[in-house]
Amino acid sequence: MSHSFTIGIFGAGKVGTALARLGIAAGNSVLVSGSPRHTHTQMLLDVVAPGAVEAGSAEVMVRASDLVIIAVPFAKSDEIDYGLFTGTIVVDAMNYWPAVDGVVADIERAELGNSEFIAMRNPRGRWVKSLNHLGYQELAEAAAEGTRGRLAIGLAGDDGDAKAVVSAWLDDIGFDPVDVGALADGRRLETGGAIFGRSLSRGEFALSLGLVES
Amino acid sequence: MQLGVYSFGSLARRADGGVVSSAQAMRNLVEAIRLADEVGLEYFGIGEHHTEPMPASAAAVVLAGAATVTKRIRLGSSVTVLSTEDPVRVYQQFATVDALSNGRAEITAGRGSSIESFPLFGFDLHDYDRLYAEKLDLLLTIDRGNPVNWKGTVRTDLVDAVVVPRPDSGHVPIWLGTGGNPQSSLRAGQLGLPISYGIIGGVPAKFAPLADLYRRAAAASEAPATQVRVSVGTPGFVGEQGESARDLWWNEWHHTMSELGRLRGFAPPSRTSYDRDTAPGGALFVGSPDEISDRIIELHSHLGHMRHFLQMDFGTIPQRDFLRSIELLGTEVKPRLEAALGVEPEVVTS
Repeated sequence: MSHSFTIGIFGAGKVGTALARLGIAAGNSVLVSGSPRHTHTQMLLDVVAPGAVEAGSAEVMVRASDLVIIAVPFAKSDEIDYGLFTGTIVVDAMNYWPAVDGVVADIERAELGNSEFIAMRNPRGRWVKSLNHLGYQELAEAAAEGTRGRLAIGLAGDDGDAKAVVSAWLDDIGFDPVDVGALADGRRLETGGAIFGRSLSRGEFALSLGLVES
Repeated sequence: MQLGVYSFGSLARRADGGVVSSAQAMRNLVEAIRLADEVGLEYFGIGEHHTEPMPASAAAVVLAGAATVTKRIRLGSSVTVLSTEDPVRVYQQFATVDALSNGRAEITAGRGSSIESFPLFGFDLHDYDRLYAEKLDLLLTIDRGNPVNWKGTVRTDLVDAVVVPRPDSGHVPIWLGTGGNPQSSLRAGQLGLPISYGIIGGVPAKFAPLADLYRRAAAASEAPATQVRVSVGTPGFVGEQGESARDLWWNEWHHTMSELGRLRGFAPPSRTSYDRDTAPGGALFVGSPDEISDRIIELHSHLGHMRHFLQMDFGTIPQRDFLRSIELLGTEVKPRLEAALGVEPEVVTS
């Protein structure tokens, strides 16, 4: 590991704590910002993601982190202060899921990918769509580089440097990153897509999306 | 270890290839609960779903039907989708089931994983958190006794209200149902409520930190020991032979999960994933009595749960196969678990 990441995670739910555990296992410094509705987040983290630290505030967390991850339910996406993300690498791990969250008319009208829609909240954020297409239990199956059956994680974004950082970090925590293109191409990672919810190797993943691996 | 069954109702396949009516599905459930009682199972839960393949929408009514034809089995909801219910009505219904069953009713309050009940009962999904938190608070307030005084935002205040009938024991046990969000385990512990985990995928032993969090939060809030209990519901099915049970159940599971996947945008399960999930360590407790008892004992070493209950009637599984699985759970699995773990003492809530 050439660089030890500091990551900031919005959400102390299933996905947020699963990513916190992976970060801790990889030697990252892990900050977590829980829901404003909840208390005792540090107690929760001490048990389910020991080593992760509740951030004093979202602002402190964003400033301290190399990258932040939004891992709250899509229905709670309005609770995030997007103004904090100017110049920050932000991984959107949410899924718009009408069967669970209900229909959001703005999204249906906009005909955008979920992450394109979210990125409009702060166009000066360095947005990367990733980590949305596997469940939290599958995410727990991260494995060291070169391990047989290591899982692929797709990423999409318009900022090449941001994607490079996220790729290095994904590799760090135990996944094979696969770049699927621009943020708009991230629609291919969404629910109903060919790879959604499937535990795939890098090769299987690329094949399923018709990508040519370099 | 208590053993049990839960169901959302199902349209059983008939011999002629068709499926039973949703009305017959309700009668099938009462028949299943009656058998579960006869073979010594300790719990039967009815979920709350509002779909054609899973038509058990009114759990308390089914349980009332079962209450007068059973003797020992505890009758619960799994779960009551509290956000779209009236807690006063829920309490009245389950207190009535408790009366008719001589103190065997339980409520498991939860969020449920589907949203059909929101438009059906005229609620706004965006109020989800507020509805759930306030209604849980109201339900617990009602259980503390008459007169009921409560203030909130999701309904008019209750001032010296009378909610009857009252359970003879003073309380209807109220559990918190959760699918594994850490916040729910924390909340259940803080409220001093028993917790019920619904685990339908992945590796159930990985719920151990959640059960630990629950127990720590309960200890921190000085919850009485009798209230600190963990139960686990998983999909499962018992057959005489493990292989044939897994083959029989695969079609039902595949059918249900493919339908759900179509609605929610994930791929149907593969036989490979099914074989992994039905092997030791997985979340699908499908197999022979020896296999299922070994797997429950193994999970118990991680979670320390006091009750394990199985959802058996996926897809259009014929009623005969459903009943046979219930029978084997009572006559074959239960004695093995009692030999290994002892008999779970009856808990009297205070």
